[in-house]
Amino acid sequence: MTTSTKSVRGLGAAGRGTEHHIRQRVSAIALIFLVPWFLSSVAFAMTAGYSGAIGWMQQSHNALLFILLLSAALYHMRLGLQTVIEDYIGRAGTKQALLIGNVFIVGGIYVVTLLSVLKLWLGNAA
Amino acid sequence: MVELTLPRNSKIAKGKVWPKPEGASKPKAFKVYRYSPEEGGQPRWDTYWVDTDKCGPMVLDVLFYIKNKIDPTLAFRRSCREGVCGSCAMNIGGNNTIACTKGWAEVAGPSITIAPLPHLPVVKDLIPDLTNFYAQHAYVQPYLKTDTPEPEKEWSQSPEDRADLDGLYECILCASCSTSCPSYWWNGDKYLGPAALLQAYRWLIDSRDEATGERLDDLEDPFKLYRCHTIMNCAQVCPKGLNPAKAIAKIKHMMVERVV
Repeated sequence: MTTSTKSVRGLGAAGRGTEHHIRQRVSAIALIFLVPWFLSSVAFAMTAGYSGAIGWMQQSHNALLFILLLSAALYHMRLGLQTVIEDYIGRAGTKQALLIGNVFIVGGIYVVTLLSVLKLWLGNAA
Repeated sequence: MVELTLPRNSKIAKGKVWPKPEGASKPKAFKVYRYSPEEGGQPRWDTYWVDTDKCGPMVLDVLFYIKNKIDPTLAFRRSCREGVCGSCAMNIGGNNTIACTKGWAEVAGPSITIAPLPHLPVVKDLIPDLTNFYAQHAYVQPYLKTDTPEPEKEWSQSPEDRADLDGLYECILCASCSTSCPSYWWNGDKYLGPAALLQAYRWLIDSRDEATGERLDDLEDPFKLYRCHTIMNCAQVCPKGLNPAKAIAKIKHMMVERVV
C-alpha cells in the first residue's frame, strides 16, 4: 500500500527530457528539407536506369546530401521509436531490452546504409 | 501500460432493460453503465426509457429523472448543476464532458450511452476514483509561491499580466481532458496529464510567482511532461473550451528557452 501522493511523486523528476525534445524537433526540421530533395532526386535518377542512378550517387553533392538524409532520418527514427517503446511497453525489463535493441538495430541500419553510399560514391560499386 | 482491450472483469455485459414509462409521448433510450463493487460481477449496460417531455434538457436532468422515477440505486456525482464544480464529468455518447451542460438532444442516435470517465477505477456506476488525478494536481503545487516578504496590502499584478491567465484559470478540475488522453490512459501513473499541466502553466506564467525555475525542474522529465504528443483530445472535450495542449506546448517552449 502506498499513498497516491507517493506514487505520483514516484522517483522524482528525472531532470531530462528537453534534450530529447529538441533533438526530435531539429531532426524533423532537417527532414522537411531533405525528404523533398530526396524524392525529387530519386524520381529524376530513376529515369536514367541503373547506371544513371549510380552516376547520380557518384556526384559528391548528391552523396553528401544523401548521407545527411540518412543521418537525420535514422536519428529521428531512433528517437521516435524510443518514444513509442516508452509509451506502449510498461514492463521494465522488456522496455529496457527494447530500448537497447532500438539503439543497436537503428545503429546497424545506419552503418550498413552509410557504407553502401560511400561505396557507390567512391566508385567501387562492385 | 497500454491496454487495448478491457480487463476480463471490466468487460461490460448486457444489463436490464427497464420498461418504457406508460403514456410517454416522446420516450428516449439511455444506456447507462452500472457497476457496484458490493454486488460484484461484471459491469453492465442498463437501458432506461425516459419521457423526454417530462425531463429537463440536460443529461444531468435525465440522470435525476432515472434516479427519482425509475431506479434510485443509480449512483453519480453532481453538485452545482451549472458547469462550475466539475463533479458530474462522465462519458456521454462517447465523449467526455459534464452532464449538467450537455443537452441530450445534442447527442445523435436512437439511444445515448452514459459511462464513467474512461480508464479510471470505478467506485460505483458513474463515479470514478479521482484520487490519482487530485494527487497529480497537488504535485504541481497550484498556489502562489514567493520568497519576497509579502507586501502590506497585496501582491499587485498589471491588467496585462492578469490577462495572461485567461484560458488557464477557468479549469474546474472535471478530469474530462486527462481521461480522454491516450497518453494518460497508457501512462497515467507517470504522466501528469493535461489538467495538471494546464494548472502548472497557469502558475509558471503568473507574474507574481517566484518559483518558476523550481516548477520547471519538477516537470523536467520524459514522462511527467513529455508524454504529451499533441493528440489534442483534451482541447476537443474540455467543457470550458480551454486548450491544455497549447499550455503544455508553452511549457515545453519554456523548457527549451532555459537551455538554448
